[in-house]
Parts: sequence; C-alpha cells; structure tokens
Amino acid sequence: MALTLKGTQQGILLCPLSESWEEVLQALENALRDAETFFRGSRIILDMGSRELTKENLLALRAVLDRYDIELWAVLSENEATVHTTRAYGLRTRLPGEAASKEASPSAVAEANALVVQRTLRSGQSLKYPGHIVLIGDVNPGAEVIAGGHIIVWGKMRGLAHAGALGDEQAIICALELAPAQLRIAGHIGRPPESRRRKPLPEIARVIENNIVVEPWATRG
Amino acid sequence: MAGKIITISSGKGGVGKTTATANIGLGLAMLGVRVICIDADIGLRNLDVMLGLENRIVYDIVNYVEGRCRFRQALVRDKRFPELFMLPAAQTRAKDAVTIEQMINVANEAAQMVDYVLIDSPAGIEHGFRCASAPAEMVLVVTNPEIASVRDADRVIGLLEAEGGSPTRLIINRIKPELVQRKEMLAPEDVVDMLSVDLIGLIPEDPEILAAGNRGQPVVLNNGSSAGQAFLDIARRLQGEDIPFAPLKSQSFFRRLFGSR
Repeated sequence: MALTLKGTQQGILLCPLSESWEEVLQALENALRDAETFFRGSRIILDMGSRELTKENLLALRAVLDRYDIELWAVLSENEATVHTTRAYGLRTRLPGEAASKEASPSAVAEANALVVQRTLRSGQSLKYPGHIVLIGDVNPGAEVIAGGHIIVWGKMRGLAHAGALGDEQAIICALELAPAQLRIAGHIGRPPESRRRKPLPEIARVIENNIVVEPWATRG
Repeated sequence: MAGKIITISSGKGGVGKTTATANIGLGLAMLGVRVICIDADIGLRNLDVMLGLENRIVYDIVNYVEGRCRFRQALVRDKRFPELFMLPAAQTRAKDAVTIEQMINVANEAAQMVDYVLIDSPAGIEHGFRCASAPAEMVLVVTNPEIASVRDADRVIGLLEAEGGSPTRLIINRIKPELVQRKEMLAPEDVVDMLSVDLIGLIPEDPEILAAGNRGQPVVLNNGSSAGQAFLDIARRLQGEDIPFAPLKSQSFFRRLFGSR
C-alpha cells in the first residue's frame, strides 16, 4: 500500500507510505476512482510526518484532488521546509482543537467517526460517509450504503453495502437481517447464496482469508 | 375551501394507475363529492377511454395552458355523475408541453372548483412524474405484488420523500389470493413491510377490470365486483371513513367453505 486513508471528524486523513510521490498519487487516484462520488465535497488532511513536501508535490496532489472536487485543507508536518511551503499556499498546518492522532493504527477504521442516520433507505438512494455508518432503519433493494469504516444496520439490509471502501479489510457489515443484493468489504465482493434461509437473524460479515464470511450473531458464552 | 389535490403514481407502467384514478374518481363522485380527474400523461392519453368520455373531448390541458380556451371549457363532465369532471391530456403533443409551474396552477385552479383533484401521473420518474406530483397534497402509489413494481414504487416514494413532500399511501393492485396462499405471489403484508408506507387499498385481481376499462364503465359502477368494492373503499377512506381491509379470499377458499363447485 502506497498510502492510508482514514475518515476523521475534521476530514479524510491521508498518510503517504511510499517513498515515491508518483506512487502515492497513483494510489490516491485509484482509491478516489473506485469510491466514485464517495469523497466528493470532502476535504483532505495530509499527514507528511517528517518527510518533505515540495511545491511540485503539493501542486500535483492538488491537481488530482481538484478532479474529484476535494479540497486539500491541511498539511501536518514536522519538517520545517514543508511547513513553510504549506503556509505559502495558505493551507493549515495545525488542526483546530485537539491535535489529530498521528500514530499509525493497525486498522484505519478503529478510530473513525460514525454517522448515525435514522430512516429507510429506498431504491435509488445512496448513503456515503468516510467513517462508520450506523443506520437505524431498512436498506431496501436498489439502495446502497458505502462507508470507509463499518456498516451497522439496525434493520433489514437488502440493498448493496460496501464497508471499508477506502481499502480497510478489518471493516465489518452487520444487520438485524442481512439479506443484501451484494456485500463488499474493501476490494472483496460477496453475493448471498441463491437459496435464502427461513428465519432472518442478526448476522455479521467480515473478511477472513480473502473471502467475505457471514456468520450469525450468536451470544458467546 | 379549496379541494384536496391527490396524485396517483407508480414509477412502473402498467400497474393500474389510470384504472385506479378512474375508479377512485368515480367512487368519490358516487359518494356525492365533486371531483376533477386530470390526465397528466401528455401524449399518451388514456383516462378518457377508461371513463368512457373519449368522444366528448373538445379541448385539453395543453389548449388551456396555452390560453386557447377557458378552464371550464377544457373540462369534460361525466355522463353518469354530474359531480365528476375530467381534464383530458393532449394526445398529439409532446410530454413536456406543460411545465411544472403550469401544472401547479392548473391543479390549484381545479381545486377551487371541487372537493378532490385526482392527477393521473405518467409512468417513469422524469418530467411528467415530477409535474404530476408537484401540486400533490397526497400521493397514492400503486404497485402490484411483484418485485419489479415494488422496487419502482420504493424509488418513487424515495423521490417524493426527498422532495420534502406530501404523504404517500399505498394501493396494492392485482392481488391473486390463491397465488399468495401458494406463496407464489408476494403477500400484501410483505409489500407493506418492504415499503413501510400506510396502506389505503387492496385490490384483488378481477377479469372484470379489463372489460370494464374497454367499455368505459369502470368496475366501481359494478355492484358485484370485488375490485369495484375495493376501489369504493379507497374513496371512503379518503373521505375519512374507517373501513377495515377485507380479508382477501380466493375462490377456492369459498368453494371449500361452502362445498359448492
């Protein structure tokens, strides 16, 4: 992976991992394209750590983001030169309020914020959020829910759900009744078996060894 | 006081919007209230045929909107019930001959005259549908107990909700009780459960509907028709009467009960 993307309250936190800026931009472009309009209108917080961001790097990044209607909002850096370059372009170098946590978490979804929505999602409607989504209501066939983190449906999940849409394989999807047209977690796609069981029960879907596995939500003990 | 504007919509074509409009309109007139039915399906005029008023049309909604006639002149009075009027669609014009603003004005003008204005929406979710639903205070969504039409109804309800709109009520048309019993057709409860909208009518499949439409004598006029009774029940519910939903029984069920053939 050339980068990680994580939904936070303030924006999408982008941490470049690859040494090559070109690789980072290519990976970003791929992520944006895959998630379609998912990111549209959101803003990016670039976390550079101690590495240097040149003027050219910054402009190239902006060019990519502009194409997807995304704002580069802040650049966090411990590098003097980078801070200087960033300020020259009128970007924030610090986040308002508490400092964004910078330690790389094992799972990008672990700390993401959740969007809580109470309604029925009908055919043709779409709910997208870079963090977790908690939907209190049903997802009808033809509707879609796309989250950077987990998807939790307190109701019937009959449409399309894509959790970990930013590439996080730790993301889960659970619902009181999991009868989706299709489930996606990160880059994995799963369809329910053709024959449906008799009695709906709460289930949880996650990626285990490159497959989406759906299991009943059983109380352990 | 201005009358209530109600649009009949569905998304999918062929589920019985026009049949419902004709029968509910006539049903309301039978209850003695004044009704104008507006055919908003410009270019694919049907309501006049269902109501048996085709040969009385002189002007249509587009003529009125273009200022070629007065509002009253464009209305066709029903031959059976003087309380019922129809505002026909133009058959020879394109779908977009009436704008949303014009449709709102027409509906409001109609509402000044009568107790109910029923607007028969075209199928689809484009301009015609938006026009027809824009003036509505309530939308009756017609669906059949089959997946595709329920899906389209869901889409339409979602669009109406997003418009910030008017309350919706559900009509499930063409129910075949014997198929429901054999679990070959969605039960009304399944449809309501999926759409989570209040029900206002359950219409059993009735071969009489087709013939009645062709004759221009909607089934609501036929005392013996179960579908006709179900449409009249919708008219009564619109009038505020509390009418329980009759359990739909298949003929075979009756046969078993009474042992006849």
